[in-house]
Amino acid sequence: MSVLLTALAPAVGYLAEDPVTVVVTTGEKIAFWVLGPLSLLGGVGMIFAKNAVHSALWLVLTMLSLGCIYLAQQAQFLGFAQIIVYTGAIMMLFLFVLMLTGRESSDSVIEVLRGQRVAALLVGIGFVGILATGIIHAVRGLTVVGYETAVASTGGAGSTEMKAIATTLFTDFLFPFELTSALLITAALGAMVLAHVEKRPGEKKSQRQLVAIRMRSGRMSPLPGPGVFATSSSNATPALLPDGTIAPESVSALVEQSESRRVVERYRADRSLTAIESAEHQQSGRPDGTADEGGVAR
Amino acid sequence: MPPTEPVPPAAQPTGSVATLLAGDPVWLMLIKAVVVFALLLLLTLFAIWFERKVVGRMQHRPGPNWNGPFGLLQSIADALKLMFKEGMIPARADKFVFIAAPLMIAIPAFLTFTLIPMGGPVRMFGHDTALQMTDLPVGALAILAFASIGVYGIVLGGWSSGSTYPLLGGLRAAAQMISYEIAMGLSFVAVFLYAGTLSTSAIVYQQESGWYIWLLPVSFVIYCVSMVGEVNRAPFDMAEAEGELVAGFNTEYTSMRFGLFFLAEYINMINVSAVATTLFLGGWRAPWPFSLWDGANTGYWTLLWFFAKVLIFMFVFVWLRGTLPRIRYDQFMKVGWKVLVPVSLVWILLVATARVLNRSTDLSTREVMLWMGIPVAVLLIALLLWPDKKKPDDEDLDEYPDGDYTVDEHGHPIPVDDRLPAGTAIGQTTTGYPVPPLNLKVPVPPIRNGARVSTIAPSPTEQGDT
Repeated sequence: MSVLLTALAPAVGYLAEDPVTVVVTTGEKIAFWVLGPLSLLGGVGMIFAKNAVHSALWLVLTMLSLGCIYLAQQAQFLGFAQIIVYTGAIMMLFLFVLMLTGRESSDSVIEVLRGQRVAALLVGIGFVGILATGIIHAVRGLTVVGYETAVASTGGAGSTEMKAIATTLFTDFLFPFELTSALLITAALGAMVLAHVEKRPGEKKSQRQLVAIRMRSGRMSPLPGPGVFATSSSNATPALLPDGTIAPESVSALVEQSESRRVVERYRADRSLTAIESAEHQQSGRPDGTADEGGVAR
Repeated sequence: MPPTEPVPPAAQPTGSVATLLAGDPVWLMLIKAVVVFALLLLLTLFAIWFERKVVGRMQHRPGPNWNGPFGLLQSIADALKLMFKEGMIPARADKFVFIAAPLMIAIPAFLTFTLIPMGGPVRMFGHDTALQMTDLPVGALAILAFASIGVYGIVLGGWSSGSTYPLLGGLRAAAQMISYEIAMGLSFVAVFLYAGTLSTSAIVYQQESGWYIWLLPVSFVIYCVSMVGEVNRAPFDMAEAEGELVAGFNTEYTSMRFGLFFLAEYINMINVSAVATTLFLGGWRAPWPFSLWDGANTGYWTLLWFFAKVLIFMFVFVWLRGTLPRIRYDQFMKVGWKVLVPVSLVWILLVATARVLNRSTDLSTREVMLWMGIPVAVLLIALLLWPDKKKPDDEDLDEYPDGDYTVDEHGHPIPVDDRLPAGTAIGQTTTGYPVPPLNLKVPVPPIRNGARVSTIAPSPTEQGDT
């Protein structure tokens, strides 16, 4: 709901403007009547979207439209700061979390609390009413002076928008500004405390320790991926064809041939693939389905 | 080239060319827009060829050399092939987002370059203008904003594919690019403090007396590290790590939708190089031996210096890719948050202090440098010489978890039962590695949404089994 109001705020401000004192250019009017409905659409879409990520994307649309409205009103710094902070950082963090919930996790249509929807609707409308009247009251008495005068009145004559904002922020609004930063730091610390996992010293292995363990484990390389029939990490190990014979192209000619042969002989002396195969399908009636040693095939 | 009559930018207080550009007629703006667009496409084609050629040389092979002179037309051939491929959308993909994601990264990539001053003031078709499409008073901020929108393309591309690896790539990209954007933004701050403006052309103008790389070396180094992280290039290409995530966020993309991701990656590479050139290397200003000649910083010559500097950055990108292996993801995030961000915060503090001392006291620049440099140098030396806390990791290697040991010739422990003679083939019994089914039986499909997913018709033998 508050999104809707954020979207509404410029509209309210616009309606409260006195058309006599301030000249609104046609370009600005067009921009407003394109961007205003877009930002409203974003707010409405956010509420009615079934998928959480779609909801976040609608909100992104609202944020972007608001940024563009600022740009259309010459407040370039504010506009781009809005895009960087809200669209770039905050909504991206939202998305980051929402993506982890999975794609199929849409809102359930079943109402858990009875009458919850109706109550929410009524309270929401009431909230919009209160905020809208509050904003209109606050804005009504103001005289609209335009961008240049507003900037010059706070930052001094000929100053930029950045200077005006900085002056306001670090003089009149210093205390709220510092309070907000304290709130944010508390939130960040709280998140860190919640996410922190205490570990005994030495419990977490360093990369060097892990490497040492791996190197001494007998298999330095990771296990081959699923579907790959590999029994050794040596590149002298040839591939075996389904009938157990060696695939001659599978070993590079650059590898010492005697080494390759030795590996194969050792391997074939140990176990043969026919045994493995016959253990798997005894019922298919292979003539040599005799051996069942090793229990290799699982 | 028409004779150039540069308008002195000193007319504006900060040296921005905004007023100069404001006088552009619409047709000139259109020409510039088309030129920037075409230039970026051509530069991308060139950059792909350049990268393949340079990596090839680094790996002692010729690289593309078949199509066109020096293989220059290879990228065009690849691009054409890409365009005529079938564009597939996975069944489980979120269609709208899947199609929109490549656009969301490609469009901001193009927009960024419009803010870059490619050259100084020139006379073009009888109009005094600058070799820049537009100049905002908050240009550098706008570049950051475009970069932050570009992240959406990668993240949503990964999410909307409806597949595991792309999702992981998208998640990695989200965390990575946000972290490195912060470091990047902080590295800009020192430049803003010295230039006193956020306009790109004014920043270039302010570097007339000296490039910011000499004044703000720490910012430059931080920017260079974070720009590689920001554009997902090796060794920081965790989002598409082909060794871990197949191709990361763009695994499911085909045809020109994949092409747009590819295009955006290279354009972003050009963009960050151009920003580095603008902010730290004096933009279009001529480098030292050429700058002795007065005409070097005028007219269309400035294009030459600008693109030469950009090309050097591109070469470094390729060099990094050809040299360094991909680093681990957690280490990468650690570098971002525990090194780059704190270092830049301290650096900003130092720069701001120096700036205030220089302006509001009657100390000369040298005195300020001495007063600040000596304590900082002492602090750094003390930190370097400070005895390192003994790390428990390095010495408890002998606290090896289990098994009994012998000692090799260097005194290192070797578990007895793990030693293997050279050339041993490890069979299944020793490792317990599961063997794939050798009868090629198709596994029974899982039940989803109450219905069994249809699969290929079972063969007669399998019917006998079940």
